[in-house]
Parts: sequence; structure tokens; C-alpha cells
Amino acid sequence: MKLARDTWLIFERQLHLLLRNPVWVFVGVFQPVMYLLLFAPLLKPALNAPTQAEAYKIFVPGLLVLLAIFGGLFQGFGLIAELRAGVIERSRVTPVSRLALLLGRSLRDVVSLLVQAVIITLLALLFDLRVFIGDLLLAYLMLALIALMTSAVSYGVALKVKSEDALAPLMNTVAQPVLLLSGILLPLAFAPGWLQGIAKWNPFSWAVDGTRALFSGDIGNDRVWQGLGIIAVLAAAGVYWAARQFARSVR
Amino acid sequence: MVSYRCDRLPMTMMADIGHKRGEAMIETRGLRKSYRSRAGRETKTVDAVRGVDLDVAAGEIFGFLGPNGAGKTTTLRMLATLIEPDGGQATIAGADLRKDPGEVRRRIGYVAQGGSTWDESTAREELVLQARLYGISKAEAHRRATRALEAFQLTEFADRKCKTYSGGQRRRVEIALGIIHEPKIVFLDEPTTGLDPQSRAHMWDEIRRLRADGMTVFITTHYLDEADALCDRIAIMDHGEVVAEGTPAGLKREISGDVVQLGLGLTATAEAEKLLAAEEYVSRLEALEDGGLRLFVDDGATAIPRILRRVDGAGLDLRSIELHRPSLDDVFLTKTGRSLRES
Repeated sequence: MKLARDTWLIFERQLHLLLRNPVWVFVGVFQPVMYLLLFAPLLKPALNAPTQAEAYKIFVPGLLVLLAIFGGLFQGFGLIAELRAGVIERSRVTPVSRLALLLGRSLRDVVSLLVQAVIITLLALLFDLRVFIGDLLLAYLMLALIALMTSAVSYGVALKVKSEDALAPLMNTVAQPVLLLSGILLPLAFAPGWLQGIAKWNPFSWAVDGTRALFSGDIGNDRVWQGLGIIAVLAAAGVYWAARQFARSVR
Repeated sequence: MVSYRCDRLPMTMMADIGHKRGEAMIETRGLRKSYRSRAGRETKTVDAVRGVDLDVAAGEIFGFLGPNGAGKTTTLRMLATLIEPDGGQATIAGADLRKDPGEVRRRIGYVAQGGSTWDESTAREELVLQARLYGISKAEAHRRATRALEAFQLTEFADRKCKTYSGGQRRRVEIALGIIHEPKIVFLDEPTTGLDPQSRAHMWDEIRRLRADGMTVFITTHYLDEADALCDRIAIMDHGEVVAEGTPAGLKREISGDVVQLGLGLTATAEAEKLLAAEEYVSRLEALEDGGLRLFVDDGATAIPRILRRVDGAGLDLRSIELHRPSLDDVFLTKTGRSLRES
């Protein structure tokens, strides 16, 4: 009860500050929209897809997962600014739940990601993408869990390194291989065996496969529940770890 | 100046804070903290705080003095539950710091040195949020924010973003944030550092008003005049330990006697130092950097004629002579072997 109330307080404030500068939501969505408009048209011939819509069914889910991963991983920067302003320390001398300090922020990130995902989906609809609403909602759940995990991890790391200069290369180093090994841009079905073997160990590749299955209307595909399961467990672990960083001493 | 002593706190809260003056508000015994720091390959353990015993009574302004690196801020952060002590005990406003930090948090306020407001938020938003983080209802939080804004003369700027405030306004918002939940004790870390003289004087009034409202105030400072003018009692910390504790007047009295300051040229200073060090009524003397001597004597009135005779007899050119009571800087010098201004 206290946790829910505290989380709401932090969420409300963070959302309020975000809405004061909503331009960031659009900056975040700009890059994926560019991919959608300028890169996706190459896919029909490249993938040998029968129609443009088929190509979008493969590409859009990957793009959304990409957005969720990157959107989350770079949230730590805002937290470092808050640390420097003393806002975090001011919160830590109050009896507010430490988990709420994290969850309120991460949930704001989830909401902002979902808004971006809706914008992209709507744009893709203009390009003849068709997906069942139930499948779509389940795919959004997957995206929400990914964003929850990546933003929590980003906050936790930010509290540990306490400087933008350290956070930026660290996040890029993590994000790059994760991105390439998850078949986001092109399905890993095209990959040679060794690459597929490595990608199996990348949880995001399961998430991408699951999301693609949902966009194809294949809700019974094992990859759907496997992806959701793996990401849910990792999100819980990430949140637990990051909340501990909030509880520990930070300047 | 607007008086708001009565309207700052609702009567019910006044009763809650109410306590007998003299009752212990902070009691620490053997509080310790070490850090491991890495220099190259070697790890060194630095004992930042080595067994601090403090007693702060309810309703007083307690000053915590010391040079940078003395362990002041570490001690303060331990008392404010921001870092965990390695050893020792502390009771703060009746709650056990080590067993129940959550309860300590409910009873204390803390105002950090480096600021705590967010540029893009307004003072009102910050105050309402801070109150709500203490579990206060939305309506009551808004009432308290309005009252605090009035009390700290911030109403005019209440709905502007914090980044538009002056240094003094911002500091007032921060103090208001620290006491919005009406704590029994508030910790202020160097509350006047970086303020211009006028804002500083204003801040002293604010701090005295907190005491008048029944709050115990614990401040750190490195301004000796501030400690002297503002604090009921002070503790001096050096190298992780409390080296002196008492009222400013009491501590000054402890260095019994008076201080006689002689205005001399540089060469005359060296000669006079040799000459006067031998005098039995001079308990201690210190040469000043740009010439001049400071003599600690039992009784200034009888010492001055004798000093004059000696200096005059040696043909030294004495430009001025001053007699004053020991200052807190003299206390600091006696206790730590150096002047706070140098450190």
C-alpha cells in the first residue's frame, strides 16, 4: 500500500516533468520513424517477402524492441542530473520506499515507451501492416517488460558510476552486441549456424522472436511465452538490483 | 521583517514537537566510519570518523565546526541516515539510529550543502512532493506548502521554476523543504556558505526562528563568527574526533585569560618573540604571518604595562597594541594547534 502510494508519487512527478518538455518523446521516436520510412522499403525485395505488409510484420516488431532497449538504457543520464542536483539525497532522507524511487521512474519510462510504440504502430498501419489487437497488446506487454528492465539497469548503473562520461560508453558497449545478436534489423534465420548459436544466449533475441510471432498472429508459438517469461524474470532481477542501489549510500 | 512564529506550525504540531528544553535530542557514543580508498594498487583504510560522542539538547542550536576533511560531513550524513556507521551507537529524537533508521527519518529534517531543488520544478511543487513523501495527505501537503511559502517569503516566486531563483531564495526553499514535515530536529550542512552578507544575516534569523518554533537545529559551519553569534553550543572536530565541546563563551573562558595583540614590523616581530617568550606571565605566543604577535596572558590589564616596558626597553618600534578576549579562532588554535582560517 505504502509502496503503491510512494511509487505513484514519484511516477506522477516524473511524468509531470516529462510532459513539461514533451519534445523528448518525439526526439526518442524520431530515429525509429526514420528507419520505418527510409530503411523499411528496402526490405520487401531484400527479404523476398511477397508483399510490403509481410516485410513490415518482420521489421516493425524488431524496431519496437530496439526502441524499448535503447529508450531504457539511456534513462540513467537523467538520474545522474538528479543526483547532482541533490534531489535523490533529498528523497533518501525521507521514509519513502527505496523500491518506489526506482519503480516510479521506470514506470514513467515504460509509459513514455508505450506512447512511442503506439505512434510507430499507427504509422506502420498506413503501410498496410495489419495485426490483431489482442496480439498487439501482448506484444506491448513484452515491450513494457523490456523497457522496465533496461531502464532499471540503467538507473542502477548510473547510481554506481555517478558520471555521464562513464555511463555513455558503458551503455553503448552493452547495447551494440545485444542489438546485433538479437536479430532486430534482420531475422537471425539468415545467420550462419555459429551466430545463431551465440544469439540463443541473448535474451533479447527470444524477445524479438516472440514479438515477431505475435505480429504474425501466431500467438500459440512457443517463443511467445518463452520470450515473455525470460524477459519477466530478467526485469524482476533488474528491478531488485537497481532498488538496492537506491537503498545503498549514494551521494 | 514579518513575524510568523505562531502561524508556521499548527497548534497540534506545536504540542507534538513540545519538549522540555535540556532533554537529549542527539546522543552518540563511539560513532565510527572508515572508508577504503584505492591509490594505485594499494588499498588504504581511512578512518574518517573515529569514535564521536555528542550530546545535543532539545531546543538548542548546535554548531559543528572543523576544517575540511575533519569528518564533519561524514558524521552529519551518518546522523541523517544517509550512510551507515561502522560502529558505535546513536539515539536521535528518541529513535535508535542503527536499529530503526526509518523512524529516525520520520523525526529529522536534513538540508544538504550542495542544494536539493530541481531546476524545472517550482517551489510549490517541490514542497508538496516533499510533504507527501513523508506520508502527508495531498490537501494537507498543499496547506503546508502555502504556509511554508509565506513563512519564508517565497509566495511571490512560488510557481516559478527553481532555476529562476537567486541563491538566497533557493536556500530558503531548501530549508523549507527540510522542515515541511515539522521534524523535531533539523540538520543544516553549511547553510550560509556562498551567500552574500545580507542573505546570510537573513538566514541567521530564519535559523533562530526555527529554534523559537521549538526545533533543535544542528548546523555545520566553518565560519567562526557564525558559530559564535548563532550557536548555543558547539563542538569542534579535527582528524575524525571531537576535540572540544561547550558553549562558545565557555570554550573561550577555558583558554583562561586574555589575548594581547602587538602590531610590529617583520624584523621586530622576530626579536619581540624571543624577548617575550621568556616572560613568565605569557602562557603562549604566536607570531602572525605578516608581522605582529599574539600573546595569551592571564590578565591583560597587568600584562600590558610590563609588555610595553620590555618592548620599549629593547628599542622596538611598536605600532599598535590591542587587548581582546579570546575568540573562537583562539580556541580552535589551542585545541588543534592551527588556525581554522589556515586549514
